[in-house]
Amino acid sequence: MRVGIIGMGIAGFRPATPELSWKELMFEAASRAYADAGVDPRADVGSFVTCAEDYYEGFGIFDEFVPDQLGAVLRPTCTVSGDGLQGLATAFMQIQTGLVDVAVVEAHSKASDIRTFDGILEHGLDPIWTRPLGGHAFVAAGLEADAYLRGTRTVRKALDAVVRKNRGNARFNPHAAYPANLEPSHLDAAEERFRPLRTLDISSLADGCVVVVIASEPAARRLKASPIWIRGIGWASDSPTLETRDLVGAAYARLAADQAYRMAKLRAPARDVDVAEVDDRFSYKELQHLEAIGLAKTGEAGRRAIRGDFAQDGRLPVNASGGSLGCGNVLEATGLHRAAEIVCQLRGEAGRRQVDGAKVGIAQSWRFVPTATGAVAVLGASA
Amino acid sequence: MRKVGVIGAGMTLFRRRLQETPKELCYEAARMALDSAGLGLADVDAVVSGSAPDAFDGVHMKGEYFLDGCGGYRKPYMRVFTGGGTGVFSTIAGWWHVASGLADVALVVNEEKMSSCQPHPQSVFAHIWDPILDRPLRPNLIWIFAMEMNRYMTVHKIRKEDIARVAVKNKRNAVAHPCAQLADPNITVDDVLNSEVMAWPVQRLDISPPSDGASAVVLASDAFIRRRRIKDRAWISGVGWCIDSTMWTDRDLVFPEYVARAAKMAYKMAKIQDPRREIDFSEPYDPFDYKELHHLEGLLLAKKGEAPKLTREGVTERDGDQPACPSGGLMGVGNPIAATMGIKVGELFWQLTGQAGKRQIPREVRTGVTQAWGDLMQYSCVVVMRA
Repeated sequence: MRVGIIGMGIAGFRPATPELSWKELMFEAASRAYADAGVDPRADVGSFVTCAEDYYEGFGIFDEFVPDQLGAVLRPTCTVSGDGLQGLATAFMQIQTGLVDVAVVEAHSKASDIRTFDGILEHGLDPIWTRPLGGHAFVAAGLEADAYLRGTRTVRKALDAVVRKNRGNARFNPHAAYPANLEPSHLDAAEERFRPLRTLDISSLADGCVVVVIASEPAARRLKASPIWIRGIGWASDSPTLETRDLVGAAYARLAADQAYRMAKLRAPARDVDVAEVDDRFSYKELQHLEAIGLAKTGEAGRRAIRGDFAQDGRLPVNASGGSLGCGNVLEATGLHRAAEIVCQLRGEAGRRQVDGAKVGIAQSWRFVPTATGAVAVLGASA
Repeated sequence: MRKVGVIGAGMTLFRRRLQETPKELCYEAARMALDSAGLGLADVDAVVSGSAPDAFDGVHMKGEYFLDGCGGYRKPYMRVFTGGGTGVFSTIAGWWHVASGLADVALVVNEEKMSSCQPHPQSVFAHIWDPILDRPLRPNLIWIFAMEMNRYMTVHKIRKEDIARVAVKNKRNAVAHPCAQLADPNITVDDVLNSEVMAWPVQRLDISPPSDGASAVVLASDAFIRRRRIKDRAWISGVGWCIDSTMWTDRDLVFPEYVARAAKMAYKMAKIQDPRREIDFSEPYDPFDYKELHHLEGLLLAKKGEAPKLTREGVTERDGDQPACPSGGLMGVGNPIAATMGIKVGELFWQLTGQAGKRQIPREVRTGVTQAWGDLMQYSCVVVMRA
C-alpha cells in the first residue's frame, strides 16, 4: 500500500521560546499540520505517535503529557523513545497493517528548559564501563571525528566547508535558529573543543516542534490531498558500546539506508536522488553519513564538500535547510524536521532555498551522542 | 493485514534486587524466548523493546544502552514507552512490525530494573506530575490510587473485603509460577485487611511490589509459522490502545473509559461481539488489587460495579468460569513495570498453547485477552489472542 505525507507543521526553531510552554509549541505545530493536511484530528486521525525521551523532557513518563494539545484525547496514541524518523516509520507500519489510514507523528525539542544538558548526556553513557571515566559525552564525537578523518583521509578543512555551507544555507530558511555568513577567518578562530572538533563544528541547541500527517493512498484521495510519498524507510542500530562500534563508517546509517533503498527500489541513490537532508549535529557527521548512505564514495565526501558539490546549486544539494548547524539541534525532532524539509522541497514550496526540479529526496537521522542509531526515509513526488 | 502469531516467550525471575545488569536481564529473557521458539538471532528481522522510566535504571536513553542485550545490534531496533502500559504495548508494536509486512519475525524484549533507583523507585514518580498544577502538592502514586479506589468503592458500595479477595486469589495463583516474588499459599483476606495502611483505603498487601526483571516474546507471520512448521503458536487477533487526557482531575475515576475504548478497538478487530461469552480467560493489569476489578469492567468482562461480585463468587478463580490473572498477576508474581509482559502476553501464550504447567486452566481455553495500564491513570492497551 502506498503511504504519503499529506501535511506538516513546524513551530519554533529559535534558541529559546520563553513565551511558549512545550505544550503550546506542540499545539502550534500540530494546528499548522492539521490545517495543511485538511484533517480534523478528532475525526480523521487513527493514530498519534510522539517521539520523546524522558530525560530531555524532565518527566518520569512523558507520554502522559501528549494527548490534549494534539487533539488525541481518548484516541490511540503512543510514544516511541526514538528519533522523529523512527516515529515516522512507526506510523508508516501502522498504516501498512490496514488498522489505521491516517496517522500523526510529532517530535519536539524544548531544549531551553534543560538546565543540565551535559549531565543528561553523561547519563547516557554505560554506567559501568564508560561513565566512570568522567569524560564529557562529546568526547565520543571527538574520538569518532578523529577516526573518521584518519580512516577516510579527509582533511579538517572539509569540516569548515560543511559548517560554512550549512550556516549560510540557513539564511534562506525562516525556521532556522543559527543562520550566519561565516568568513574563513571566523572558522580559523574557532576554539578547539573535542579535538579535532571546534566550537563551530558542534550544533547549538534550539527549541522546535515538527508535526507530520501521513495517510494511505485511499485516505489521501478521500481527503483530496497531494501526498509526498514515503517510498522507503529504514532504521538500524550499531553497538551501543563506544569501543565496539564502527567509528569510521556509521554502520547504523548504512543498514538503515539499505532497508530504505530496498523498499524504494532505489538502485543507484547517488544518481537518482535530487536533494538530501542528513544529520550534521557535528560537522563531520554530514560527510560520514553521506558516505554511509551511498550518496558519496568513501573518502570522497570531504573533497566534494570543499569543491561545493553539496551546495544549494551543487550537484547534490545537501542540507539546503541549513541542517542542524544552521537550524539548531532540536533533539528527537531532528529527523522529522529533515523529512518535513524534503516535503517542502518536493512540493516546490521551499522559497529561496528551493532546489530546482527536485523529485526524489532523502532524509537521514541519527539519535545523537552517545548512540549509534539512525534512520533513513526516501521521499518522492511520485511513487 | 498479515496474520501474526506469538511463537515463543521467556521471562527472568521477578525479584526486588537482581544482580544482573539491565543488558544481562534482556539477554536472559531474549535467549529463553528464542529457545522456546526454536529460533536463533539470525532469524529475527526486527527487535522491539519496552521499558518504563529511564530514571529507574538511571540511564538516559536506556533503550539504546541495553539494545545489544535485546539482540538489537545491527538490526532495526525500536523502543516504545507508554508508562505502565508498555507491558502489553510493546507486543502491539511488535505486531505491527510483522503485520505490516516489514518483518517476518520480530523479537520483543521488555526490561525493568527498579532497584537501581535509590532510596526507592517511588521517588521517580515524583516527576510524573504536571509541574505547575500537581507537583507543588507533592503527590505520590499511592495517594492518587487511594482516591481512585475510594471513588470506585463509594460509587458502587464495594466492601474492602471484596477487593482484598483479588490480592488473595492472585498471590495464591502465583504459587504455581516459577518466577514469582510474592506468592503465598496461605494468605487470607484478613491478612490483607490487617496489613499496614499506606493511604486509606490502600493497604500494603493491596499493592504489588517493585521488582527487577525482563521478559520477551517472539512474533512471526503465519507464512513463517507454516514454513517452519511451528506447532506452539497463539494468534494475535485483536489489538487496541487509547490515551485519556493528562488532566486526571477532570475525569470521573470510577470507570476507565480509556480501557473500554482500547478494548472495543481490539474486539472489533478480533470480531468479538459479546466479550463475556466469547473470551475464555483474561490477564488484566493488577498493580493494585482493585485495578483488576476496575479493568475487568473496562474490558467489558463485568458490568459496572459487578467485578467484585464475580470475584466473591469464585468466577475469576483459575478453575472458575472466567479466570482472571491465572498467572498470579502483578500482585503475586511481581511488578517490574514493562517486564510484566511475561505474565500478561506470555501467560496468554502459555495458556493457549497448553504450556502453563501447574498454572494451566483446567478446561480448554481458546480465546484470551490481556491488558496493561499506564501513564497518569490514563492509558490502556489491549491484546486479544486465540489458540
